[in-house]
Amino acid sequence: MDYETLKLVWWLLVGVLLVGFAIMDGHDMGMGVLLPFVGRNDLERRAVINTVAPHWDGNQVWFITAGGAIFAAWPLVYATAFSGFYWAMMAALWALFFRPVGFDYRSKIKHPLWRSTWDWGLFIGGAVPPIIFGVAFGNLLQGVPFHFDDILMSTYTGSFWQLLNPFALLAGVVSLGMITLQGATYLMMRTEGDIYRRVRTASLLFAVLTIAAFALAGVWVASGIDGYVITSAVDPNALPDPLAKTVSTAAGAWMGNYEKYGWAIWVPVAAFAALAASILFSRLHQAGAAFWSSSLANAGIIGTAGVSMFPFVMPSSTDPRSSLTVYDAVSSHLTLGLMLGATVIFMPLIVFYTSWAYKVMWGKVTTEYVAANDKSVY
Amino acid sequence: MLTEELVDLSRLQFAVTALYHFLFVPLTLGLAFILVIMELTYVITDRPIYKDMVRFWGKLFGINFALGVTTGITMEFQFGTNWAYYSHYVGDIFGAPLAIEGLMAFFLESTFIGLFFFGWDRLSKWQHFMVTVLMAVGSNLSALWILIANGWMQDPIGAEFSFVTMRMEMTDFWSIVFNPTAQAKFVHTVSAGYVTASLFVLGISSYYLLKGRDLDFARRSFRIAAGFGFASALSVIVLGDESGYTVSESQQAKMAAMEAMWETEPAPAGFTVFALPNEAAQRNDYALHIPYVLGLIGTRSLTETMPGIKEIKERNRERIENGILAVTALERLRKNRDDAAALAAFEASRADLGFGLLLKKYTVDVSAATPEMIQQAVDDTIPRVAPLFWSFRLMVALGFAFLVLFGFALFHSVKGNFIEKKWLLRWALWFIPMPWIAAELGWVVAEYGRQPWTIYGVLPTHISVSNLTPGNIYGSLAGFVGFYTALLIVEMYLMTKYARQGPASLGTGRYFGESNHGEQAAGGALPAGAVADKL
Repeated sequence: MDYETLKLVWWLLVGVLLVGFAIMDGHDMGMGVLLPFVGRNDLERRAVINTVAPHWDGNQVWFITAGGAIFAAWPLVYATAFSGFYWAMMAALWALFFRPVGFDYRSKIKHPLWRSTWDWGLFIGGAVPPIIFGVAFGNLLQGVPFHFDDILMSTYTGSFWQLLNPFALLAGVVSLGMITLQGATYLMMRTEGDIYRRVRTASLLFAVLTIAAFALAGVWVASGIDGYVITSAVDPNALPDPLAKTVSTAAGAWMGNYEKYGWAIWVPVAAFAALAASILFSRLHQAGAAFWSSSLANAGIIGTAGVSMFPFVMPSSTDPRSSLTVYDAVSSHLTLGLMLGATVIFMPLIVFYTSWAYKVMWGKVTTEYVAANDKSVY
Repeated sequence: MLTEELVDLSRLQFAVTALYHFLFVPLTLGLAFILVIMELTYVITDRPIYKDMVRFWGKLFGINFALGVTTGITMEFQFGTNWAYYSHYVGDIFGAPLAIEGLMAFFLESTFIGLFFFGWDRLSKWQHFMVTVLMAVGSNLSALWILIANGWMQDPIGAEFSFVTMRMEMTDFWSIVFNPTAQAKFVHTVSAGYVTASLFVLGISSYYLLKGRDLDFARRSFRIAAGFGFASALSVIVLGDESGYTVSESQQAKMAAMEAMWETEPAPAGFTVFALPNEAAQRNDYALHIPYVLGLIGTRSLTETMPGIKEIKERNRERIENGILAVTALERLRKNRDDAAALAAFEASRADLGFGLLLKKYTVDVSAATPEMIQQAVDDTIPRVAPLFWSFRLMVALGFAFLVLFGFALFHSVKGNFIEKKWLLRWALWFIPMPWIAAELGWVVAEYGRQPWTIYGVLPTHISVSNLTPGNIYGSLAGFVGFYTALLIVEMYLMTKYARQGPASLGTGRYFGESNHGEQAAGGALPAGAVADKL
């Protein structure tokens, strides 16, 4: 496979891994966001937590693997984004700390304060990372203040607080909304009675919220944010060298791909349609269909951000030529090919045994079940 | 500006978080296989006590595993957040095993651990056993891939520098996978994990035996731990990764430093049991030698010599001087890719590029380096001797102590009289923390011993860091220390609580302290029903 094709394939694969993360880890993070509100007593909360008890750890690997794949396929993006967004990354990391211990330790001691502490820990671990990742995407769309020196050492010249600008916060709302919707529709499949009624209401609420925030963000990108364009000739097969190009900003440039590629518009359209479908299916009590609609919505929203910026991944607002693109932030030809091979071999296996694990554990998790298995469940 | 303060803080944060993460990894690696052995016994014999053993030791496994996962995420983040230039410079090689680790190992381990805990009633006996096996295989595969990545840091083969992309690029994946340094590290590290877990099970079982409770449960656990532990303790010593050290030139500096070997000695070199290394005078003030032993261990031959510190430094001086030419030529090439003279100069000296970069610690303009700077860089190429010398010796001493302990434990297991050997039970109980100390010392030897490099001979630690302000690292370091201290307290509390409670925590009604159990009256530690209430 030639270098250009591999570069494009890896753009797609990073997208697939992020979508996998949103669908899989998203539903247990969404569970965490909803936990304190849809479980009104300890047994109810335990029922909610136990819908993901056997799966959260496997789901979290989507996140780890997406991180590892970005390291391997786009080392410059990994290096520049993680060090530039230093405090945002620390906040996401520390929030994630609450998940493994929250899940595993919560029910090991009966004291109410102990348990409610970990419930809020799971809330933080579910809510903070999606908000931060949304805010990060919001900043990528606006460009990030960083530049490279001669030896490609990156320096971030902004502050943490400027990451929290209005547009980025809106992107954070979109992200939190879609992840919570994912959790709500998942819980609809796995709960019944009072909990089911509450998560169904939440699913309607967060679908509407996500539609509104996503639409507003779309208008904002089209009219209020400068996009980036490469102004020099691009050789997609060239050895990656971010400093070899010139880049300029232009109002509405992020809309360019929708004019250039007719099919691209179907990505955001699919996101809106899927959000609407999740509302419809939630109203019809079709939990499974609502979950898959929500999953498609997550894919559509992440895809929209990717397609709008293509070929940019991380534009620089202070030194546009330092911007990172799918062509010049990548690993070598050999590494991309090798990683593609590993993905092609292992991804189907992962999907297979993950599905089997869900099949084995499938069914409604009730408060009666939790009470009867007090010592063996979370 | 990469100040020394920034570099030192970044290193400190990495050391703190890596050493902390490694408190949880060895137990996971080993206990997973002990669970496999116990469950295999269960599916073959069909005796419920073995199922209870899997479930009880599994509970402790879970408490430990949660923190392994928590602190593992830090490690993956940290390359990007704090070692950005490293991530750029070697991500093409280093990122691949990390991503494969996720795809091949983490998914396997993490998916099946869920079924391990929650699938008992939904899987057949053999299905559940297979789940446990896959979980154990997954956790050990993750050790394999991260140690392949780490092995490449120690011994960077199968890669080459490109001045266009300004980074190392992979040329031969399989040589990186089968890097002898990595393979030796893998075997040594997982064996250390098995020793850790065996001693954990042995020690806690001894506690029950000393208290005269849950005798049947503890006896069976003790035997399994004794057998597995003895085999592992042998393996960790015989296959100690010292054997990998002289395979390549890259480990010679570490070897010389940890042996406090200042001069090159005639083959086969003697092993220094005890010495007082004097860094300033470059000699040992006092030393106790055993002739021949080191040469045999280090080179597996009677005739090969092992270079001493002074000889290695002189070799490195030449490489640094040549490296200055490489750095200078590279800087010209970065300004003008078509500069043929610069390219020729670079090609002639590129093997020593990393050594030239060592001078970046002292000067921006390497071509203007003074003789004093060069001398400092030469001195930097040998890590400080005393910490390595002592860490290594303490680790080895502990390793032999484990072998002796497990030897006795196995001997008396076979004879069937270990319950009467109170001294052995007490030894096992009080020795529980020791494998952790040995493992952390091993980390110090391997990673501190790699200094001043992140990638030996290729990338100095000094220029590997992210270009942040020291204030950032002070802040995040304080955060890590705070979180990790709190988490450790919680973990130790739960671990102690459940270990003390023993198999009664399963609520089967068959064990010490449970209301309908016969031993209750004899032990009398807890009133009837107290345990069930506490849960």
